[in-house]
Amino acid sequence: MSEPKNGEVRIGVYVCHCGANIADTVDVKAVAEYAASLPGVVVARDYKYMCSDPGQELIQEDIHNLSLNRVVVAACSPSLHENTFRGAAERAGLNPFFVQMVNIREHDSWVHSDREAATEKAKDLVRAAVRRVYFHKPLEKRRVPIHSEVLVVGGGIAGIHAALTVANSGKRVYLVEREPTIGGHMAQYDKTFPTLDCAACILTPKMSAVKAHPNITLWTYSEVVSVDGSVGDYKVVVKRKPRYVREDLCIGCLQCIDACVFKEAKFDDEFNLGLSKRKPIYIPFPQATPKVVVIDPEACIQLRTGKCKKTCLEACAERGAIDFEQQEIYEEIHVGSIIIATGYQTFDPRRLPQYGYGKYPNVYTTLEVERLVNASGPTGGQVITRDGRVPKSVGFILCVGSRDERTNRWCSRVCCMTSLKLAHLVKEHTGAEVFIFYIDMRAAGKGYEEFYQRVLNEGVHFVRGRVAEITDWAMDPSEEGKLVARVEDTNTGFVRRIPLDMVVLAVGIEPQSDALNVQRLFGIGCSMDGFFLEKHPKLAPAPTYTDGIFIAGVCQGPKDIPDSVMQAGYAAAEAIALADTGYFELEPNTAYIIEEECSGCKTCIPLCPYQAITFNEEKGKASINEVLCKGCGTCVAACPSGSIKQNLFEDEEIFSEIEGVLAYA
Amino acid sequence: MERQIRYQREADLEWARQFTKHPGSERLLSCIQCGTCSGTCPLSIYMDLTPRQVIALVREGFREDALRSKTIWLCASCYSCSVECPQKIGITDIMYRLKREAIRSNLYPKRFPIPVLAREFCEMVRRHGRNSEFWVVFRMALRSNPFALFSMARTGWHLWRTGRLSLRKERIRRINELQVIPTVSKEVD
Amino acid sequence: MQPSAKYLYYPGCSLKGTGIAYEESLLTTLRLLEVAVTELPDWNCCGATSYMSVSETSAALLATRNLALAQQAGMKDVLAPCNACYLTLRKSQELVAHYPEMAQEVERFLEQAGLPQLDSVRVRHPLEMLYTDIGVQRLRELTVRRLQGVRMASYYGCQAVRPYSEVDDPHEPTRMDEILRAVGVEPIDYTLKTKCCGGSLTGTIHEVGVRLNYILLKEALRKGAQAIVTICPLCQFNLDAYQAEIRKQTGEPIDMPVLYLTQVVGWALGGGFRELGLHRAISGKKLIEQWFTVKKEAETYV
Repeated sequence: MSEPKNGEVRIGVYVCHCGANIADTVDVKAVAEYAASLPGVVVARDYKYMCSDPGQELIQEDIHNLSLNRVVVAACSPSLHENTFRGAAERAGLNPFFVQMVNIREHDSWVHSDREAATEKAKDLVRAAVRRVYFHKPLEKRRVPIHSEVLVVGGGIAGIHAALTVANSGKRVYLVEREPTIGGHMAQYDKTFPTLDCAACILTPKMSAVKAHPNITLWTYSEVVSVDGSVGDYKVVVKRKPRYVREDLCIGCLQCIDACVFKEAKFDDEFNLGLSKRKPIYIPFPQATPKVVVIDPEACIQLRTGKCKKTCLEACAERGAIDFEQQEIYEEIHVGSIIIATGYQTFDPRRLPQYGYGKYPNVYTTLEVERLVNASGPTGGQVITRDGRVPKSVGFILCVGSRDERTNRWCSRVCCMTSLKLAHLVKEHTGAEVFIFYIDMRAAGKGYEEFYQRVLNEGVHFVRGRVAEITDWAMDPSEEGKLVARVEDTNTGFVRRIPLDMVVLAVGIEPQSDALNVQRLFGIGCSMDGFFLEKHPKLAPAPTYTDGIFIAGVCQGPKDIPDSVMQAGYAAAEAIALADTGYFELEPNTAYIIEEECSGCKTCIPLCPYQAITFNEEKGKASINEVLCKGCGTCVAACPSGSIKQNLFEDEEIFSEIEGVLAYA
Repeated sequence: MERQIRYQREADLEWARQFTKHPGSERLLSCIQCGTCSGTCPLSIYMDLTPRQVIALVREGFREDALRSKTIWLCASCYSCSVECPQKIGITDIMYRLKREAIRSNLYPKRFPIPVLAREFCEMVRRHGRNSEFWVVFRMALRSNPFALFSMARTGWHLWRTGRLSLRKERIRRINELQVIPTVSKEVD
Repeated sequence: MQPSAKYLYYPGCSLKGTGIAYEESLLTTLRLLEVAVTELPDWNCCGATSYMSVSETSAALLATRNLALAQQAGMKDVLAPCNACYLTLRKSQELVAHYPEMAQEVERFLEQAGLPQLDSVRVRHPLEMLYTDIGVQRLRELTVRRLQGVRMASYYGCQAVRPYSEVDDPHEPTRMDEILRAVGVEPIDYTLKTKCCGGSLTGTIHEVGVRLNYILLKEALRKGAQAIVTICPLCQFNLDAYQAEIRKQTGEPIDMPVLYLTQVVGWALGGGFRELGLHRAISGKKLIEQWFTVKKEAETYV
């Protein structure tokens, strides 16, 4: 071992029990005793909870009393407590980067059962850290300034709430939504569980508030196309698609729609899920925000052929809002942080042909029934089947596409409550016998169990069992002309056949089909199920691993409206806090170039995933922007002349750590 | 009155644990008791226990209850349950395994024709290498319910008339190759 | 053995007995398609569901012997027309592929029996063969006469499409319908096409087996089918043999031909009444004679 550059090395080793988490599998006392025998180690201790105040004080006192200048903590993952122990060292006057953590929990006690071998492994890991920390150097954290502007992507309830919260704190917000209106899925709902508040009554005021807010720039029918930079200064390009109607001139009088050459609406209305028709020029729904019409270029004769009488143009002659020449516009903005709230899509029940969706007209999805029971929906709130009858029996099938190894494994979390709500509404509207086919009833929110009780007492039939199939074959005269659900009623143990006029599939929730593109665009992670990955599932459920990017709402995982709103508020608070701090501290584990040794070969430049390396033409050398560098080490490994080094991952640090693991004591 | 309680000491937990190691049973513990198997099964309406209940019994170690049920014998191996199970549990394979164990442990319903047919069939194949439909059915009926032969006569007559009934006992030439089977197979099941 | 044969035909026990019309029509169809086929020499019973109920290992070994015989004959494709045979042979392959213990047993057995180890033998079903190897287009081209306006329900039974979905989709199979359309038959929308016929239950718990078949027949009738087309000897037998009994029990006017797909295709390709085994039907004989008896003068060529 060569002499370190920092004078005499005095190392303290601290082995944590983590209650029983580590101590049950690893003999922590033996590990501490062993550590005490290693060269350079002045003191080694074990303690029940090293991260607790007394634990941290133990380290701080030793730093003072024993003049320690290196600290090794053998405990949990550094992603959990590295900052805790670095902070403790700093408070005792030691540079925080003289602390090295050893993960003997996730990497050892949690994954092994052989106590003896696990203890040996812990010793090996501690030995490696002791050797490594010997070579550590004092480092300084760098600070980058933060732009106070915030970008919110997605204008559903989560995006709306986040945008309003940030805007109310006095910061500028850009809200980008790809549909012609904000509102998202919530705008399609009739009422909300468990209070049966009218969704429009609670949502549309927030939509207008967004439109009217002086701090919010609202871009609908727009998409983020590129994101560069990093926390504090993201450069974002937004594509604004042509709606062929000038937003600054249209007042939403809708006379153009009446004037359209199409006398009959004949195109599927997306907002009503095809349950009604619209014209080529349309407004998604009466409360759309902004209240501006949009022209569907696939349907409009003028845009398709250029040979229309353009009666809409005539109708709008006075204001001149219609503009067939409109082109897409690219806007470039700089923001300090980004909140992603891109929402979800519902499971396509055609993937489960046994339920007959798309084959039998009277099989619906829950979202379609939301529109049917809605007073401003395609039937004016009347529940009428596609063949024009008021149903006398309605069955809700839960977990469609959810909790299923062949489709989506997760529980969609809202389908139980959505179905309870719709069962109540359908029964109220039609007086039908309503059946709910469920596997487990999950009603765990505030007031949810009470709502379940209410629906139980309204006489809705709860059949515990997953319907095997919906068919139109009749075994009994009572089944003629009806759909039949065949199901095991697992409460009674009978297989039952239940004739139904209307079947409602409580379709699950899944990531948007383009979630992967969004994930790449913003450089964030996805969990196994395809929803965006939070930094910590419990303690940081809105931040991501990319600093300055937050996630909110269902894009992070299935949740209901209250939870979406709470997460959006939390994401907004994080964005506001970041902006108010004014700066962001970067980890110093960045790469740097020893200029004298750089040959200017440019190998590193295209390899850098963060575009942090540029070429200095004057000097003929590469240069690394430490603000952009994330410390991935790619350039360090690739540099043919070995002229790129990385803080905290210097060769001697890594090699001595490897030697430490391999050296048998 | 029959006692309808199970004491925990009656549960054979080791048996249940071992069960999950067999082909098709690996995902047994994933069962969420949704009843899709029973709902899709064309024969569940005749079963004393629904397939879902059998799975629950196996998982909880109630070996005898599972092995004595008629359910396992009514399973016609149509594989609907296996294909429809949202947890990808090999329910048909589980039924097969229970049938085998019921025969081995002598717990199957004695005059119930299905296990009788299975054994007659195997016996015939073991000896001749092929199964002669007439003889298998004939022997099964003799051993389970001889009166059934009267009602079968009509079907037999139709088959005979259309040249679809053979009284010959089919046999393969190299039967010796099959006779290796019982000696080599150390019955993993 | 014909060295040029493309398929090794594994009849299984039923095609030599109650399902003999399946054998006759399959071989006739293959002859008309000019596909060479040869019977697997000295084949043994696949073991069906019964063997699996007694011993899993022995069932796998029993089935394996047939595959080893095919290997010995140096042939790749084993044609197993019976759904139960098809499934049993496929299942033995799956067991060997996924369970090393089973693979070992099979290896030992083949060694002791003096048979070659398995390599590349594929188990094929005639439906899959017709659809994939011959193709719907070719069948359409080779069709010489059509059953104009006759509506049939295609019925798969279970084990051809489940649990392995190589023959067709297990939920909404369409290949049989496509083939029927190609040879001029109109397939009906038959929801029950993959529901179980009960298999050997008609012989054991008779009333249960018959009830399952009653449901299948009744729904076919309700949907306007004039005949049911099958691809399994046991399905054909069950649906065909008990119609008189069902009529007596339920009073439903059921007297419906239950045909093999190969009988329908074979006839369209020009096969004769007896060589397709059409004289062996028990139910719906009048319709069968009406449809398939070739009256020289009235024959409709297309």
